[in-house]
Amino acid sequence: MTTTDKPTAVTAAGTPLTAHTERAANKVFFGLSATAATLILVTLAAVATFLLVEAWPALTDTSGEVAAKISWVRPDEGQSLIELAGFLVFGTVLISAVALLIATPLSIGIALFISHFAPRKLAQGLGYMIDLLAAIPSVVYGLWGAIVVIPVLQPAYEWISTYFGWIPLFAPAADGTISSTGRVAMSAGIVLAIMVVPIITAVTREVFLQTPKLHEEAALAMGATRWEMIRMAVFPFARSGMIGATMLGLGRALGETMAVYMILSVGLSYSFGLFNAASHNTIASFIAGQFPEANTQGVSALIALGLALFIITLLVNMLARWIVARRAEFSGAN
Amino acid sequence: MKIAARTGAVLTATALTFALAACSASNEGSTDTESSATETTDTAMELSGSLNGAGASSQESAMEAWRAGFQSANPDVTVNYDPVGSGGGRTQFLDGATSFAGSDAQMDEEEYDLSIARCDGESGAIHLPMYISPIAVIFNLDGIDSLNMDADTIADIFNGTITNWSDDAIASQNEGVELPDSAITIVHRADESGTTENFTEYLAAASTTWGQEASGDWMGAAGESGQGTSALVQIVQDNAGTIGYADASRAGDLGTVALKVGEEYVPFSAEAAAAVVDASPAADYTSGENDLAIHLDRTTTAAGAYPLVLVSYHIVCQQYDDATEAALVTGFLKYVASEEGQAQSASAAGSSPISADLSAKITAILDEIAAA
Repeated sequence: MTTTDKPTAVTAAGTPLTAHTERAANKVFFGLSATAATLILVTLAAVATFLLVEAWPALTDTSGEVAAKISWVRPDEGQSLIELAGFLVFGTVLISAVALLIATPLSIGIALFISHFAPRKLAQGLGYMIDLLAAIPSVVYGLWGAIVVIPVLQPAYEWISTYFGWIPLFAPAADGTISSTGRVAMSAGIVLAIMVVPIITAVTREVFLQTPKLHEEAALAMGATRWEMIRMAVFPFARSGMIGATMLGLGRALGETMAVYMILSVGLSYSFGLFNAASHNTIASFIAGQFPEANTQGVSALIALGLALFIITLLVNMLARWIVARRAEFSGAN
Repeated sequence: MKIAARTGAVLTATALTFALAACSASNEGSTDTESSATETTDTAMELSGSLNGAGASSQESAMEAWRAGFQSANPDVTVNYDPVGSGGGRTQFLDGATSFAGSDAQMDEEEYDLSIARCDGESGAIHLPMYISPIAVIFNLDGIDSLNMDADTIADIFNGTITNWSDDAIASQNEGVELPDSAITIVHRADESGTTENFTEYLAAASTTWGQEASGDWMGAAGESGQGTSALVQIVQDNAGTIGYADASRAGDLGTVALKVGEEYVPFSAEAAAAVVDASPAADYTSGENDLAIHLDRTTTAAGAYPLVLVSYHIVCQQYDDATEAALVTGFLKYVASEEGQAQSASAAGSSPISADLSAKITAILDEIAAA
């Protein structure tokens, strides 16, 4: 066995590459990706620290200064900072839940159509269109929702409330009326759903496409109809991906500011009435609304609310991770 | 505790301002980087340099118009106005970072004390009311352009006590007007705002039924709400049976309410808004007779006065250490107080020009400051 003095590796193109440069390139690439990964962690930590530090004065205030200096904190009227956060968290979660309830079935339907039903040409075009939806700025969705969608929806709300008012979600307010303008949680939920659809669709479509062809063909060979094949081969395989996609959509819905800000007539309550005027608000929209005129204490209190939103989002993501991890072993993939 | 992000933004803005000022100075080949003002005469003023102010965002669009007008007459002057809000504007002025402040509210006593140190150590700063913006109560009812209401009726509507347009309280004040038998939908601001504060201050002072103190954050009955003036006006425009309140310049084709003042009903107009400022007494504490801070009289019975207005001040020193600064401030503010300046802001921001008397009074005070 002979060894050359200078051992050389050869790249695919045939140009010789010394072991030295190869090792250097490895190192550089490792360094770059490690930096990128660390940077994300540092950013997250920086945001968390910022929220904690800035919110601290409002959170630890015992002198009553927060209540005295901020006009929207009124402990005597059941609207202390904690109570306010409670209302806002409820509103945020309610509106996001409405958005997800509408968006998830819709997105899975679209994704299935694209991955398993549509002819290839149509599927490509449709997929491209859906992706485009994701690129529309939320302020445009907000304007469109406030000016075009709401007037159309309001008569529908009247009708639903008249005939299905016995369902708590559609029940009119205590005075027997629903909002005459349609600026309600339902409208915000619907517009949010439209904004979330592209995200859930894009991810589930990819997952559906990953279903092993053998599984599908085996199901069909057993005499399964197309729907049965999807139920037996595609869904079990894609379950964790579908959940992950939904949680991604939920993250977007929780944090969405502009669209809600422009569509909703705000109020504070624990009402489930989706058609009632002035009953809900979300954390993000509340912060956006109050920040411009907030004084020092006000800013601190608003950041405390931001911290609450940060924590909810973190919890949602951890829940999603946990579900995906738990489901992974049972998925049809293995 | 200072908020780092905000302070940072302000610092950046200030730094930019200085940088821009430096740029414009060097562009014009001025050898003197410090702004210089030649001796001012009554007829022609040759001013140069940059003048910095900050404060109320309510004045922002008016300030744009004043800046443009003043700078076209004095091409060597750059006027900067940072709409950081009334409180921030006063702080920056008292810190000496700006030459004047715009503020919707009067300085408190603590700030008066600080202003003495800020100015020349003897006399404190003074308030000049130069931006009067009437607020209209707007509604959307087919075929009705104007309704008469007293303060109690308006308070009851926005409290949720009166819920129907055909209510006796409204009908009795509007004989001959066919009021629809439909529900009233009130529309208020969702965000904290000076418009809400002035509106509720009026209700608190002039009505017996409002039962709340003035607040920038809505405290009345829950109703529909919009973020900002545009959204509020949009909601009223889109929905019949709604009533709201907004800067009068934004009322457009919507119906407006004439307020009961004394025994008459006064619709909003520029003259009526200026009249209430003239009819209002001086504020409880002032720093001398040149301080024109007023205690806005919402319950005035003066004929033809419209008490639902927002008044914004310019806060200036009675004496500046720096003659250049004094010349720039007085030069600019004299323009603002002039008929031309007030006409500019009226067309740009829909404000009501101050009365000729007030304008003359302010000009005399500014002359005193320039001469000091």
